[in-house]
Amino acid sequence: MSETFEPRILAFCCKYCAYAAADLAGSMRLSYPTNIKVIQVPCTGRVDIIHLLRAIEDGADGVYVAGCLEGECHFIEGNLRARKRVNYVKEVLKDIGIETERIEMYNLSSAMGPRFAEIAQEMTQKIKELGPSPVKMNQAA
Amino acid sequence: MIVADRKPFSELLEMVDGCNRIMIVGCKGCVTVCNVGGLKEVQILASALKIARKKTGTPLEIEETLLERQCDPEYIELLKNQVNDFDAVISMACGVGPQFLSEAYPEQRFFPAVNTTFFGGAVRHGIWEERCAGCGTCIIHQYDGMCPISRCSKSLMNGPCGGSSHGACEISPDTDCIWDRIVRKKMETGKVNDLINVAPVKNWRSSWHGGPRRRVREELTK
Repeated sequence: MSETFEPRILAFCCKYCAYAAADLAGSMRLSYPTNIKVIQVPCTGRVDIIHLLRAIEDGADGVYVAGCLEGECHFIEGNLRARKRVNYVKEVLKDIGIETERIEMYNLSSAMGPRFAEIAQEMTQKIKELGPSPVKMNQAA
Repeated sequence: MIVADRKPFSELLEMVDGCNRIMIVGCKGCVTVCNVGGLKEVQILASALKIARKKTGTPLEIEETLLERQCDPEYIELLKNQVNDFDAVISMACGVGPQFLSEAYPEQRFFPAVNTTFFGGAVRHGIWEERCAGCGTCIIHQYDGMCPISRCSKSLMNGPCGGSSHGACEISPDTDCIWDRIVRKKMETGKVNDLINVAPVKNWRSSWHGGPRRRVREELTK
């Protein structure tokens, strides 16, 4: 199963850092797994609990939010709020009995193209080890 | 406003066990303001329940609704055409909501999604504190704007007690001793003599101790 399993991972990326870092990774010809689907947001502070939950509900195997380095948010504390929301969703998943590692928060700057690729690989690897989301598995059944 | 806490998720999941189609009704009143039962919280609860049920292979269909208030029959009435189409209904309003709904629709099962806790306000975004006990006889002005009924653990009218320590209550260092603050303010404003007079025993009949309360205002009744 794990050999053929290709996870679907959603990444909410801040326009000012992670998304720019993804651009840089592209310019640097760095490859990262195609499992990652990027959604650009004006600030990770825009990402709400419901966006993260709906992603899981609709079958995403993993979700992560990538914002600016702490203290460097363009909107001062959007990334700090996003982290709290990610932690809230982790608690919800824990209550439901789903691995909390399926959702993560990362911080990076726009100059960190290689780090973006590394995060994508790290997340993909982790989700591959966890296997498909139980939400999706039972839905298909 | 009335402040409430969302019930633990496991409790809510158990409530809808065996149901295939439910409705979650939020309230735009107090529970929206204290971020526990408004539109956003209805969506979050619905999504979490759907995830949990999809995980076990028993999907749950959820209708999300929001009423202006659940403490007025005119808004409760708006659900009449759909409320009985569901296996159960979860109300995210304070304790009034599930009761008004149950009274209006005796055929349906209504579950409370929140634990209603106190009358209070937001001291900071995300932090609420109790300010009123609804005792029915307000005496805040006698204590320079601080209510000893709701904010003193013993509801003392003549405080502080021996448990006051460095401005904190003996029940927890995180709880201010309101009597410490009352005395300090009286001293600062030169009104400490106000405290020499012993406050008389309070008549608690105006509070819940006199049984469930009811108000009839003739000028408003039809």
